[in-house]
Amino acid sequence: MSVASNSSTVAMRGHTRSTGTILIAAALLLIAVAAPFVLYPVFLMKVLCFALFACAFNLLIGYAGLLSFGHAAFFGGAAYIAAHTVKVWGWAPEFGLIAATAVAGAMGLVFGLIAIRRQGIYFAMITLALSQMVFFLALQLPFTHGEDGIQGVPRGTLFGLFDLGQPLTMYYTVLAIFVGGFALIWRTVHSPFGQVLKAIRENEPRAVSLGYRTDRYKLVAFVLSASLAGLAGGTKALVFQLASLTDVTWQMSGEVVLMTLLGGMGTLFGPVVGAGLVVTLESYLASTSLPVPVVIGCIFVVCVLVFRRGIVGELLARLPRRGH
Amino acid sequence: MFSLLGVPPQVLFGQLLLGLINGSFYALLSLGLAVIFGMLNVINFAHGALYMVGAFVAWLLLTYAGVGYWGALVVAPVVVGLLGIALEKTMLSRLYKLDHLYGLLLTFGLALILEGAFRHQYGVSGQPYPIPDALKGGQNLGFMFLPNYRAWVVVASLTICFGTWFAIERTKLGAYLRAATENPTLVQAFGINVPVMVSLTYGFGVALAGLAGVLAAPIYQVSPLMGTNLIIIVFAVVVIGGMGSILGAIVTGLGLGLLEGLTKVFYPEASNIVVFVVMAIVLLIKPAGLFGRER
Repeated sequence: MSVASNSSTVAMRGHTRSTGTILIAAALLLIAVAAPFVLYPVFLMKVLCFALFACAFNLLIGYAGLLSFGHAAFFGGAAYIAAHTVKVWGWAPEFGLIAATAVAGAMGLVFGLIAIRRQGIYFAMITLALSQMVFFLALQLPFTHGEDGIQGVPRGTLFGLFDLGQPLTMYYTVLAIFVGGFALIWRTVHSPFGQVLKAIRENEPRAVSLGYRTDRYKLVAFVLSASLAGLAGGTKALVFQLASLTDVTWQMSGEVVLMTLLGGMGTLFGPVVGAGLVVTLESYLASTSLPVPVVIGCIFVVCVLVFRRGIVGELLARLPRRGH
Repeated sequence: MFSLLGVPPQVLFGQLLLGLINGSFYALLSLGLAVIFGMLNVINFAHGALYMVGAFVAWLLLTYAGVGYWGALVVAPVVVGLLGIALEKTMLSRLYKLDHLYGLLLTFGLALILEGAFRHQYGVSGQPYPIPDALKGGQNLGFMFLPNYRAWVVVASLTICFGTWFAIERTKLGAYLRAATENPTLVQAFGINVPVMVSLTYGFGVALAGLAGVLAAPIYQVSPLMGTNLIIIVFAVVVIGGMGSILGAIVTGLGLGLLEGLTKVFYPEASNIVVFVVMAIVLLIKPAGLFGRER
């Protein structure tokens, strides 16, 4: 009896909660659809690209407990692939993005195979070192054009139907990509696979003793995260019509860590909020004489010292808990 | 004119010397990282930035106070060490009970602040720092020309490295330190002030970085960006060597410096990435690192 009533409350709670989430998501989506009529579309697209990037990163740190300090390699590397395939080989944008995502996923597979051999802090150092290698490759390989980057990438026509040269068409394309990526992450996190990832995050030896091949799970999560980071990077290259070294630097890897930390690690909406704030802050700082890295560094320090749950995490922790 | 493997000996030995010097810096920095990690379980991302601060302190002393190289060699590490102790006391010490990753993130933020502040103040271009008079000139060894200052850097950093190794592995203070690494509670129960020891260890580790910065100032230019690019290579060195052993950090640092020098001779395009490639190979064969123990 008590077990039955218990499980029914759990089910009900789950039900109201998911309804609430869907309502919030629908409201946010409406805002996102209306936003380009109020705000500058390029700015919004930048936020969306970084939001997807941060969400992809959060899939690793927030749900699998893996701190990758090298995600810029996938983001920036994929930007080069998208820019090169679209500009030099004349591919349609959708194929450019697919290529970018696939290459980022393949890079993720290689990085993952090497990095998951160590844990915790070593994992962070290894991913950082590997991404620095990608940085040097991007600096030296002929097709990336070194310091110049790949400039003047045409946006092209999506599926041969939608002219991405139109700002609004481009914006809704980016929004659709973001929503698709976000939905995939949402689905992953709430799947049995996502539960296993959380179990690995909480206690890896225990997950191993329960019979899970944790390395496989971590590798799949890593490849997924890398592919989505690549999708975000490829999209950014189309939006800005540029792929440059900035996107492969370790500072970029640090920036995505900050976005996620500031918004809230392990929360679905946290990285989106964090990305929005950091991008807004940076475009504001660009018009002042304040040095951007110093401000970013200060936010980092404050977040780590006193604000580890991040904005969304803090909000969730303060919400009254239902059913207790 | 004889040649080795199709390469003139001047080029080969010149690059090997350069590699040895780079290796000395890798060794000094990875040694500091290993000492700090052993005691605090923190990977000090700010290590490169503090190395840069050491070089800048030397440059500032010379430019504004007229204090020369030898004075800077003493003052800069002390300044950097004190800065490190202040950072440890006010910030890092709050994070010991949390996941080690927070230490990395905090020091990453500190590195951004330090680097950004110096960059804002002094720009990205390097400031030249003169070689001290006593070490100008060089020796002709017959097969190559050896500048005195470079020889001094190699000798000085090797001396410091082995001195540190001796202090940690062979003295009583080092024994306390190693004991506190294993079991801080027990060591504290024996009446040793572990928190102070932790602060001093961090101070010492970053002072080594500051010292490396002064040594580097006359060779590379004093620039705000000199530290962070180096620190990522040093991270790879640390992963290759494994964090378990002090001697391992020194040997790996020197070895990789030499390897980098050789790569510059035979396949210059790969010289930037050779350390990372070695790291990947070592991880695939021996994940704990060459001198590391699996934890």
